[in-house]
Amino acid sequence: MREGWGKRAVIGVPFIWLLIFFLVPFFIVFLVSLGAPQFSVPPYSPAFEWDGWVPRFVGSFDNYVFLTEDDLYWRAYLGSVQIAGGATLMCLLVAWPMAWVIARATPTWRNVLLLAVILPFWTSSLLRIYALMGLLRQGGLINTGLMWLGITDEPIQMMQTDFAVYLTIVFTYLPLMVLPLYSTLEKLDGTLLEAAADLGARGWQTFWTITLPLSLPGILAGCLLVFIPAVGEFVIPDLMGAQDSPMIGNVLWGEFTRNRDWPVAAAVAIAMLALLVVPFMLLRSSPALRGEA
Amino acid sequence: MRMKTTALAALLATTPLTVLAQDQVLNIYNWSDYIAEDTIANFEQEFGVSVNYDVYDSNEVLEARLFAGNSGFDIVVPTSDFLRRQAAAGIYQPLDRSKLPNLENMDPALMEAAAVYDPGNEHSVIYMWGTTGIGYNVGKVAEILGDDAPTDSWDMIFNPEIIEQLSECGVTMLDAPTEMLPAAMNYLGLDPRSTASEDMEAAAELLETIRPHIRYFHSSQYISDLANGDVCVSVGWSGDVFQALYRAEEAENGVEIAYVIPSEGALQWFDLMAIPADAPNPDLAHEFINFVMRPDVTADITNYVWYANGNAASLELVDPDITSDPGIFPTEAASERLWAAEVYDARTDRLVNRLWTQVKTGQ
Repeated sequence: MREGWGKRAVIGVPFIWLLIFFLVPFFIVFLVSLGAPQFSVPPYSPAFEWDGWVPRFVGSFDNYVFLTEDDLYWRAYLGSVQIAGGATLMCLLVAWPMAWVIARATPTWRNVLLLAVILPFWTSSLLRIYALMGLLRQGGLINTGLMWLGITDEPIQMMQTDFAVYLTIVFTYLPLMVLPLYSTLEKLDGTLLEAAADLGARGWQTFWTITLPLSLPGILAGCLLVFIPAVGEFVIPDLMGAQDSPMIGNVLWGEFTRNRDWPVAAAVAIAMLALLVVPFMLLRSSPALRGEA
Repeated sequence: MRMKTTALAALLATTPLTVLAQDQVLNIYNWSDYIAEDTIANFEQEFGVSVNYDVYDSNEVLEARLFAGNSGFDIVVPTSDFLRRQAAAGIYQPLDRSKLPNLENMDPALMEAAAVYDPGNEHSVIYMWGTTGIGYNVGKVAEILGDDAPTDSWDMIFNPEIIEQLSECGVTMLDAPTEMLPAAMNYLGLDPRSTASEDMEAAAELLETIRPHIRYFHSSQYISDLANGDVCVSVGWSGDVFQALYRAEEAENGVEIAYVIPSEGALQWFDLMAIPADAPNPDLAHEFINFVMRPDVTADITNYVWYANGNAASLELVDPDITSDPGIFPTEAASERLWAAEVYDARTDRLVNRLWTQVKTGQ
């Protein structure tokens, strides 16, 4: 009985945490999305009015209908998914070999390499983005170097392009991909590889049939860790991106500030969450991945 | 709890200021890079108080915090058209003129111009003011367009043939729809204060034709890019362009920047000091506003930030380089062509922002 209590407390604390700091704010945002903007503090009409103790619903779902009427939101959402997806894939391609090398290194080297992955994380990401801007801008280090070497005569436009956004996301989020990959690869049983070699498998065959499948949980965890925050990324596209491909985070910011329309901004946030959560719920319940993860 | 605060407020109201100044805190929220280096320290020392000084770089950020309520700020510095809307929503308290004897230093004509946004100057005092014009790299523009470049005209931006040539060295525009659409309307010979949707759409159409030649839309990035020579023409705020000019001079990188109020006219705006209705320390906030209106304090700020102020008594203390620059203190002829921003209703706001997104994204 006492053991049961302890268990419940251990599980209960995070649940209460999630309830207070995730579900309640989420519910508030949802309520805001049912209102209409107005010039007041706060700048929206309430979704409920109170007749004494009885709530009466006075909100509407107009804001959600509005989102479907203007294809700006849909395009921005698809654009964000595309950029986040592409950047996640690039992260994976860069991070997998890194994680593999770290996992196979001698313990001393392993610590040094791991530190090298984690250390940049201790600097503010904004600072690192500004450092990248110093590299990429017209008179920046890369362009000056290329021109000095005579490879180009004119500086190459790198800032305010999709390229800069991809590069910065990969650069910023890379540790989030390397670490889960490393932790799965590190646990990989080396004898399996030996057995495969004994049975005549070549390097690529071993990789495709053993190493890669066994690292799937790490791949999945890393991809989720990179993809989800990258979809909602706001700072990077704002500072580095082209104006003609706003991400959903920038559209949301515009609703919130320029249009002073908190309800539509809230509706965008809720819709974004719904559109992200549902696919991942489906993914989680797919048998192929459930076995591995 | 409520009883207690009311009692405390009554106590504060009856106590002389000099006594209650002990251990007081003033919370100021101002634009970034917008005050002289020692203004705050001097105020703290003279009044024996401490100041929390926080900064923002867009009116929208300030507004979001004010509309959320309980911002905790005693002094904020919104731009005129934003202040009008916020004042209408009851965000500011009326100023107590008896606590602001230095109001007599202010230029009556400018205060009257600011009263367009704040009737009777009831809630606000001019902090600094400026215009939205064109900053450009003198050398590069001359190199591309020759010596007869139309540098005193909006042709630099809105004439497709000219901007196409300039795009080679980089043209940028403020990410501020309520300033750029009126500028385009003005160029087309329409009233820049019009709210008619066909005028707005005409302006958006003009902007879309020049869109391919704009490198980016951003409201602060251009300062360093102009100074570095990364871009050569920017629609920008007067003082910010002067900051770029100053930075380039300091770096001695051979970049010469100039600011011009185009001959067709430009937007004139005011940044106004105001006290939120729920300010924790309105008495001290009045003291601060009065302090800034001292001629020497305002002159110091203008000498540092290169923005014009509205304080007539301070002008003799301002660096003559600044007072004689027509880009900062426009000539009388140029003043006549300045226009004040129209304040939009919610519907117009949405139209303006939707058109702006269309301009920026081509969608």
